[in-house]
Amino acid sequence: MDWHFVFSQAFTQAIGPTMLIYAIAAIGLNVQFGYTGLLNFGQAAFAAMGAYGLALAVVAFGLPFWWGILFGLLAAVGTALLLGIPTLRLRADYLAIVTIAAAEIVRRLARSTVWAEHTGGSDGMRGFSEPFFAMSPYSEDANWSLGILSMDDGRLIVDLWIVDFQYSSRDLWIMTVGWALVAVFLIVIGLLVHSPWGRVLKGIREDEEAVRSLGKNVFAYKMQALVIGGIIGAAAGFIFALSRANVQPDTFSTDFTFYFYVVLILGGAARLFGPVLGAALFWFLYNLLAQGLNQAIRAEVIPPGTLSGTQVGPLVFFLLGLGMVLLLIFRPQGILGDRRELMLDVR
Amino acid sequence: MSGSEPEREPAVLRRAHRAALEALADVAPEPGSAKPDPIVTATGLRRAFGGLVAVDVEHVEVQRGTITALIGPNGAGKTTLFNLLTGFDRPNRGSWTFDGRSAKRLRSYRLAQAGMVRTFQLTKALTRMTVLDNMLIGASKQIGERMWAGLVPALWRSQEAANKARAIALLERFDLADKREDYAGELSGGQRKLLEMARALMLEPRMVMLDEPMAGVNPALKQSLLEHIKGLREDGMTVLFVEHDMDMIHEIADWVVVMASGRVITEGTPERISTDPRVVDAYLGAHHDGTAR
Repeated sequence: MDWHFVFSQAFTQAIGPTMLIYAIAAIGLNVQFGYTGLLNFGQAAFAAMGAYGLALAVVAFGLPFWWGILFGLLAAVGTALLLGIPTLRLRADYLAIVTIAAAEIVRRLARSTVWAEHTGGSDGMRGFSEPFFAMSPYSEDANWSLGILSMDDGRLIVDLWIVDFQYSSRDLWIMTVGWALVAVFLIVIGLLVHSPWGRVLKGIREDEEAVRSLGKNVFAYKMQALVIGGIIGAAAGFIFALSRANVQPDTFSTDFTFYFYVVLILGGAARLFGPVLGAALFWFLYNLLAQGLNQAIRAEVIPPGTLSGTQVGPLVFFLLGLGMVLLLIFRPQGILGDRRELMLDVR
Repeated sequence: MSGSEPEREPAVLRRAHRAALEALADVAPEPGSAKPDPIVTATGLRRAFGGLVAVDVEHVEVQRGTITALIGPNGAGKTTLFNLLTGFDRPNRGSWTFDGRSAKRLRSYRLAQAGMVRTFQLTKALTRMTVLDNMLIGASKQIGERMWAGLVPALWRSQEAANKARAIALLERFDLADKREDYAGELSGGQRKLLEMARALMLEPRMVMLDEPMAGVNPALKQSLLEHIKGLREDGMTVLFVEHDMDMIHEIADWVVVMASGRVITEGTPERISTDPRVVDAYLGAHHDGTAR
């Protein structure tokens, strides 16, 4: 059994392009759910706004790439306002219901046949990512070697002997931009949550009536949190669309949102680095289990006939789900959370 | 406001207490009586929940600088009136003013900014925040509470330091200074009441509305809470509180407003109220009906 391959895959994916999508979306969710207590179950819709905003602007309207980015961000802000204005004055659960429904509406509109000539219907769109990869500084035919680093026809290999990391030049460019976005978002959110503004958000999470009685415009703060989280969600949508070089409506299903929640809760909600750690751990475990089981089948460590290759996917999700249940029982605060906080008697 | 320890009531009444009694000396003890200098005036205030009329107050005034108690049997509409006055509920009709300005169009947070701060019957401590953060969130006009300014600590750091100093002074006055780094959720019920009151003072209010401040507080803490409430009056604030405990009312209230079935049935000094047959009827009568059915 090729343990080197299994662990190399797991570590490569733990900081890779896919993980970044989940980390960024969960950073946005952390502002809304972690710090402010807003149950946004429609983060997939905000990601879809980013992805489709970009794709529609470039492919359907023929606008330049940066207009597409602007278009996606504006769409996310618009969605946040549209969802927030009617629901943020009401009890918290209304936002949850409305956002989960809105995310489904977005997905179904995107896959409807009515505008299929523009949106591609259920097939989605492609052909908007070239300008992005044209900006990449990583050459696709680089060949050099320097200690543990080497480039093999544009493929970066970091050989740490026990494991190695391997990324294509496109992955590298996605990761450069993605990690830069993570850094910028974490700095901005870090400054905000440690400011008096962030203190009001946490107060709203604890008891919004109390905060209102202290002279704060709770509605305005909740709206700001929803918009900021939505903008970050749209950024996750950009990375998602660009890394796959296409958009497809059915990838923006409610599952997508729930994986963001898994990542956030795994890492620790209301902890600055929670989403990033959670995303890294999630994709590490996912790849470790998936590749490990595949290798075990191939090497006949698992007796033939007990588990087939096609059953590995569902089994991995079953195991991750089980892990999530155990986490919530034994460490409900997540990896970075403070147990003392959760044990408080909320009277 | 001064940060002085509220000392025990001296034999000679303190200045604000004496002023409050003098101001109320000539006020007629009848429902809706006019006060010399009202801070709150409500007229024709009505709030119905479906068919149930919870509050139907013709007229009521609260004298500035006094401690006024709002009493009445369960279901008399005290808390509903409280919610209406503080903007946490909207009346079906009627109007009211706070400090000479119509409060009808003001949302609850605007009323708090205008100087009318309330506490809650079920204490609302922000449990997963520290005691100090609970205090700091109360400070008004914070530059760093605007989102863009929040990003630039240099803009709000000096204001934050001043607020912190004020918060610690208030925590010392309320005997919570050594708990400042604890989570508010770790405090006892009585300490939460103290914290809520201290937090309300961070807004530098002119009027403090206390909804059952003594509910669930042990007798030892009760005395200290009473002294704190008297201290508010000495600091120039007006206090309106809802309470059941007649001993407490006798000890600290300058004026008592009695409600029953949503109406103000009588007003007067605590001495007069406790002998008023209407009050006895309201309490015992309601009790009687309850057992007869």
